[in-house]
Amino acid sequence: MIRALIMMLCLAAPAAAEEVVLGLSRDSVAITATFDGDDILVFGAVKREDMIPSDSNLEVIITVSGPDQPVTVRRKDQRLGIWVNTEAVEVDAAPSFYAVATTSPMANVLSDVEDLRHHITIPRAIRSVGATVDDTASFTQALIRIRAGQQLYQTLEGQVSLEEDTLFSTAIELPANLTEGDYSTRIFLTRDGAVIDVYETKIDVAKVGLERWLYNLAHENAFLYGLMSLFIAIVAGWGASAIFQAFRR
Amino acid sequence: MQIYLPIAEVSVNAFLLLGLGGIVGILSGMFGVGGGFLMTPLLFFIGIPPAVAVATEANQIVASSFSGVLAHFRRKTVDLKMGTVLMLGGLVGAALGVFIFNYLKSLGQVDLLVKLCYVVFLGVVGGLMFIESWRAIRRSKANIVPTRKKHGWIHVLPFKTKFRVSGLYISVLPPLAVGVVVGILAAIMGVGGGFIMVPAMIYLLGMPTKVVVGTSLFQIIFVTAFTTMLHATTNYTVDIALAVLLLVGGVIGAQIGTRIGVKMKAEQLRILLALMVLAVCGKLAFDLLVQPSELYSLGAGGHE
Repeated sequence: MIRALIMMLCLAAPAAAEEVVLGLSRDSVAITATFDGDDILVFGAVKREDMIPSDSNLEVIITVSGPDQPVTVRRKDQRLGIWVNTEAVEVDAAPSFYAVATTSPMANVLSDVEDLRHHITIPRAIRSVGATVDDTASFTQALIRIRAGQQLYQTLEGQVSLEEDTLFSTAIELPANLTEGDYSTRIFLTRDGAVIDVYETKIDVAKVGLERWLYNLAHENAFLYGLMSLFIAIVAGWGASAIFQAFRR
Repeated sequence: MQIYLPIAEVSVNAFLLLGLGGIVGILSGMFGVGGGFLMTPLLFFIGIPPAVAVATEANQIVASSFSGVLAHFRRKTVDLKMGTVLMLGGLVGAALGVFIFNYLKSLGQVDLLVKLCYVVFLGVVGGLMFIESWRAIRRSKANIVPTRKKHGWIHVLPFKTKFRVSGLYISVLPPLAVGVVVGILAAIMGVGGGFIMVPAMIYLLGMPTKVVVGTSLFQIIFVTAFTTMLHATTNYTVDIALAVLLLVGGVIGAQIGTRIGVKMKAEQLRILLALMVLAVCGKLAFDLLVQPSELYSLGAGGHE
């Protein structure tokens, strides 16, 4: 699954003191009929003009984020003895998938101010504004808890390996229940909790082949798709009847 | 083998679906019901989104009913006139049902509605069937012939017409009403409604038992086909890959089930079916009454 590492170094234009050079094991994920999740290897190197500074530790944060979607979080409450959805909070934009991997525990890697600016940790990556309920926080926590349970939100502290303060790599596991879209991938270099370089790229996740065709047909040609479903059902029903009729003779 | 379902957007084991289709097929073959009332909750349980489960199950029922009705046409046990009247009511009901379904989906109460429908109808039908078949078993032991009452409130309604195959001369209103109710349920619950239709035809309309199943299947084809089209064009929730996998297991299972069913007594079959219906009902009721481990649930946001 993981392809061989190919290091692409030696780029021009020195700007910051330390800079990211990135590679991905693949830049697109195809959702086929037998898609069962996928591993993406994110790797790269730190390019620098000067000596490695010795007064602070270099840390790396890697995030992979699916397309943002609005989500309604509903809470159940007991009404007349049964559990019913009562209050709801509309989360304006929550990534459909979010993984954040770091070299060390989050507290050592990133300051709150930088987190706020770059939306790195999972709670910061979710935006909810229109709060009509008192404890909105418990709703966003529930969102994170449910998605984490489905492997859609992952916090992978200490999962990025960094060698010689130069080569870093991590594997991000994409679950089977992925949504289509551009998965933005960001790499942050930090020292003393401050971000010193950001690199951004994206992974294209899309249905292909039969999956693509069926999905498009269902949405763009719904009537035809419905007729096709019925046709298949009728043929299957008739076929089963005919085959077993033949067996009986 | 994992299969990614293009509309449901989840990955499930293909053999699990074939197996589910097969088991439900065996049961439906044994008892002469569509099996939708078992399959839809099972699909919820394996993680298919409720909207997709309901719409796709409607499509699958088209196949199993069509397969079944062919056998009944050969035996001439389909009352086409009665079936057409039931169907007209059913189409109106199905349209109403999809409308209610979409409205409640926007309120976030669709899961509750579907589950409440299941609990109420499975409870009532299962309970009645259990009592009735229990009595039938006792009667067959005591050798008492049951007496059927001939006239009821149904015979005073207007618009009377002759249903020759059923040997009935009754108003068209009761069958129309039965059709509407079953149509609504078919759309909301993702079932053919046979488990309600069959008792209603026997006990309410007084149809002879031998034409009941065939006539019920005949009208179910049209109502579920219509429901499938409505769900496909308004919600885009019919998953053809899921339907095909369930179909293959289902049609094979149904034929095996029919053979098992032939070897058992009618009262025993009915009491088993009643127990199964009550078990599904009990499980769903239990889930509604006991505090769930996760109080929160996620739904698609925005303005649907």
